[in-house]
Amino acid sequence: MNQDPATTPAGLRHRAETHASALPPLLAEAEHLAATVLLGDHGRRRAGVGDEFWQYRPAENGDELRVIDWRRSARGDAHFVRQKEWQAAQSVMLWVDDALSMNFTGGKDRPTKGHRARVLALALCVLLNRGGERFGLANRGTPPRRGEAQLARIAGHLMDAAFNGDNDIDFGSPNARVLPAGARAMFVSDFFGDMEPVAKSLTAATDRGVKGVLLQVLDPDEEAFPYDGRTVFESMSGTIRFETLKAGSLKEDYLSRLAKRKAELKELCRATGWRYHCHHSNQPALTALMWAYRALDHAQ
Amino acid sequence: MIGAIAFTTPLLLAALFALPILWWLLRAVPPAPIKRRFPGIALLLGLKDDESQTDTTPWWLLLLRMLAVAGLIIGFAGPILNPEERQPGNGPLLIAMDGSWASARDWPARVKRAEAVLSEAAREGRPTALVSLSDLRADATQFAAADALLPSLSGMVPNAWVPADDSASVLADMTDGQRFDTVWFSDGLAYPARDGIAQLLQSKGGLRVIQSARPVFALRPARFEGSDISITAIRSPADTPRDATLVAYGPDPNGVEQELARAIASFGAGAEEAEVIFSLPTELRNRIRRFELQANRSAGAVSLTDDALKRREVGLLASTEGQEAQDLLSPLYYLRRALVPTADLIDGDLEEMLIASPDVLVLADIAALGDYETELLTDWVDQGGMLVRFAGPRTASADLDAGDPLMPVRLRAGGRSVGGAMSWGEPKTLRDFTRDSPFFGLPLPEDVLVTSQVMAQPDPNLAERTIASLADGTPLVTRREFGQGQIVLFHVTANAEWSTLPLSGLFVQMLERLAISTRPVELSAEQLAGTTWLPEEVLDGFGQTRRADALAGVPGEALAEGVAGPELRPGLYSDDDRRIALNVIGSDTTLEPVSWDGSIPVEGMAVEGETPLAWYFLTAALLLLIADVIASLWLAGRLNLKGSATAAAFFLAFSLPQEGQAQTSEDIRAIEATTEVVLAYVETGDARVDRVSREGLMGLSQSLYRRTSIEPAEPIAVDLEEDELAFYPMLYWPITDAQRLPSDRAYAKLNRYLRTGGMIVFDTKDGNLAGFGSSTAAGRKLQALARPLDIPALEPIPSDHVLTRAFYLLQDFPGRHAGNDVWVEAAPADAEQLEGIPFRNLNDGVTPVLIGGNDWASAWARSDDGRPLYPVGRGYGGERQREMAVRFGINLMMHVLTGNYKSDQVHVPALLDRLGN
Repeated sequence: MNQDPATTPAGLRHRAETHASALPPLLAEAEHLAATVLLGDHGRRRAGVGDEFWQYRPAENGDELRVIDWRRSARGDAHFVRQKEWQAAQSVMLWVDDALSMNFTGGKDRPTKGHRARVLALALCVLLNRGGERFGLANRGTPPRRGEAQLARIAGHLMDAAFNGDNDIDFGSPNARVLPAGARAMFVSDFFGDMEPVAKSLTAATDRGVKGVLLQVLDPDEEAFPYDGRTVFESMSGTIRFETLKAGSLKEDYLSRLAKRKAELKELCRATGWRYHCHHSNQPALTALMWAYRALDHAQ
Repeated sequence: MIGAIAFTTPLLLAALFALPILWWLLRAVPPAPIKRRFPGIALLLGLKDDESQTDTTPWWLLLLRMLAVAGLIIGFAGPILNPEERQPGNGPLLIAMDGSWASARDWPARVKRAEAVLSEAAREGRPTALVSLSDLRADATQFAAADALLPSLSGMVPNAWVPADDSASVLADMTDGQRFDTVWFSDGLAYPARDGIAQLLQSKGGLRVIQSARPVFALRPARFEGSDISITAIRSPADTPRDATLVAYGPDPNGVEQELARAIASFGAGAEEAEVIFSLPTELRNRIRRFELQANRSAGAVSLTDDALKRREVGLLASTEGQEAQDLLSPLYYLRRALVPTADLIDGDLEEMLIASPDVLVLADIAALGDYETELLTDWVDQGGMLVRFAGPRTASADLDAGDPLMPVRLRAGGRSVGGAMSWGEPKTLRDFTRDSPFFGLPLPEDVLVTSQVMAQPDPNLAERTIASLADGTPLVTRREFGQGQIVLFHVTANAEWSTLPLSGLFVQMLERLAISTRPVELSAEQLAGTTWLPEEVLDGFGQTRRADALAGVPGEALAEGVAGPELRPGLYSDDDRRIALNVIGSDTTLEPVSWDGSIPVEGMAVEGETPLAWYFLTAALLLLIADVIASLWLAGRLNLKGSATAAAFFLAFSLPQEGQAQTSEDIRAIEATTEVVLAYVETGDARVDRVSREGLMGLSQSLYRRTSIEPAEPIAVDLEEDELAFYPMLYWPITDAQRLPSDRAYAKLNRYLRTGGMIVFDTKDGNLAGFGSSTAAGRKLQALARPLDIPALEPIPSDHVLTRAFYLLQDFPGRHAGNDVWVEAAPADAEQLEGIPFRNLNDGVTPVLIGGNDWASAWARSDDGRPLYPVGRGYGGERQREMAVRFGINLMMHVLTGNYKSDQVHVPALLDRLGN
């Protein structure tokens, strides 16, 4: 009798152990990255529901008796009501490209684009969690929540097979269907695929009041195109082939196309009010993380 | 055949026609692409290659490949430069062999080649004759059927000499009126008759020369260079460097011939001479019978030795020695002067000298010998010793009535004086030496005058025992055989008191004739005049010695000329006690290659005399293919240029001379060495030994640090040539047989170091396996290393040496090996033991050397965490031995640093006592 190994208890346990062993490093890496960022609280600068003290105001008619702060009122003749600052939790939805193209790295000394993207995404989650925001992973339709459990859940998603090359999609496209209205969003990808879905997602998101950032993660080799000689280029899945007799002579063309692609993305962002950043996998992740966090904060 | 090049398989060349097809094929196939996974492909899709980019292989790469393939084809077709043109000959054929010693090294090849020539002649039906030019016989030039000569060819052997100078005329006489072609097997060396023979043979018909291109090796006679033997190997000119092993053979103490010493003669590129120095103990040196260059079997590569290489050990004893007297009056002064250059002199009392078993014992004016001494001397002479006595006042006045058994003749008491102030008559001159005398032929100088002598009793034997006499017939030198030895008496004193003989050159020559002193290497005809020499053993062409019983004696004059031939074969000749070796090679022989006239075709020894070129073509093709691989890689973009640049930079960095820091690094070194105590070891160049030394001194430093107040820094390796030695209290010097001898400058530095209080610990690391006196490789190396050093007399560490109590109380000094003598500077003879003190009152100062073979460094060696690195002994006993080794090291350092402080402690009670009073 043949059973799918994934469904047998042994297979499940095996996978669980695999994940358990891989999870801590990713999470640890993300925590480590996030630990270097010190955040200020982002209160709403107005009274509302929250933890932090905002102001005392004189009691007015209509205020319930129980909202009067008796300790403060006892010091004078007037009655005061203690108000707290309004702290509205934001929902941030992340979409991390899980296509095969993200599994590329041009050198042994640097991580794949996908790894860098996942670390950045998870580190952002850690920061958001610390800031009390809710966050979710748009790829898997995870609804935005907060807490360590959500963090572990997202880390688990980011570590699963699809993110590790177990699919046959060459280039990914963002998914805007699950974005709750008014949330923030971050799309992390190399944006080498078709621009149509990206543009569609962005406009759809903007329509629903979702603003956010596009983070383009590229390998330095993709920026420099250090190839020469007769070469057959293949996509990561091997389904697309392109042969050239002298790769070196294509460099100019390639670079201009890349610049055009970046310009397109920037233009798209400008039109939709999103923000765009290009990150290279040989640069420190921290700068990208800082940028993403600040950009999300200001994208209101 | 195309010009000077022919092919063994010309058909293969047809493949060259396929080259254009290959060209076309290769053109059509572009270089294989590289596959790359690249996400950016999305941006590449739709791009077009540059039009000018060709999809075929570039023409120069094609050309490269074409050349490689063509090279392969031509190479396999077997091209041959200067192919041998074989044309059938007719008419008589003479096969002339040089048959000299130089042909011996490849004699079988010569015979084989001659057989090929003979069988070719037999096929062609040519009458053939076979001659050996070094051994011309009248019947050799009878032309006969070639087949019939095969047996005599195989019976032919090379001679140990070269063809005689008159060979050309002899050959002309033998072949008068005949015409023939000649194949001449030459040994490749020029000799006087060579040109004459060549002209003669050319005039008789066609001449073809066959000779080997390999250089000929030979040995010049050995000679003395100081106390070392210098022997020069020579070779005919050759460009390549080559090492030849030189072996000295001689009888061992049992009389069995065996190898005594061995050395390498290194010919540099283009060098024709290579000198080898043997420094051997006298006893070993005197046993050498011949030197041989190995791997070169010929009489020229053997050099027999004779008396010239023997330095006799001569014991000198005089009655008045040790008394205060002026040098010139010393009975032994002139003897010493005569013998020092040519013999090894032994001093001491009679008993000591006899233990050293000298060849000759000289007693100058010693008349009274005790019974015991007489017995000793009698035994010694009986077993072959040579006792030489000189007369003098004591001999003259001794009571000799009883007859001294150790005198050749009975002497009359009193002696006589002639020509003195108080006597009548003139001083006597010498009479010419008789034929029987060993001195026969020596010229008599005018000025040798005898004023006093001791007289012999008239005796029937007197005449036969007299070997030199005065003009009036009275004996001057008498001699008597005694057992296997002999006794010689000079009837005058050994100094100039009684005669002027010791002042003259004749004295030296007489000593030499008596085989007391060693003769010079080259003997002149005058020196050998009148002597007849019997061959003892002769050399054949292959350099083998054989007994020469049936050969007649030769006159000394001929021997002095030294030109070997059938009458005077190279070998060892003897006359009485003297031996002369006649070698093929003289001391100024050079090996001149023969230069053939351009019209004479010269072939090599190999049966195919052509030069095959296949390898050149194949190698070139291979190189081209390698170039093709590199070029293709480069074209395909697979050659990592960055990597190659790094490699090139790396090479450049290493090849650039590193200068500019020498001064500062020297200073840093000096500061390092002087700020703290450091132990130092001499770099031997053997990485393993140096590592052990370092670890050993490191371990010792750790132990010193832990146990004593000496706190050494890290040990330092010392390069004797470069580094200053004065900073180091002690040098540990392991001996490896491969290590280079220091230069003269380094030796000067070492001697200065030793004189100014330094100490060198020599460790042969061989556990002194061979025991005292004989030698291991390291032991011999130690001797060679230490010879130029200023080292005092040594003794094994005495039990009261301060080393035994400098820190720990020790009885022995083990390292990795145990129980061997360790040698230090000997205590002075006048060291005395005081009453009540268990040890002698010894000198100040530190022994400058300590010599042993216990491999101390290995026993001291410890790793950084304190674990011993090398096993010592076994189990607990081994650990105990290691502990003792460490204690020895500590004692050693204490001795080095505090001198004989512990010895001086002896005086503390006395000092305290005195202070108290």
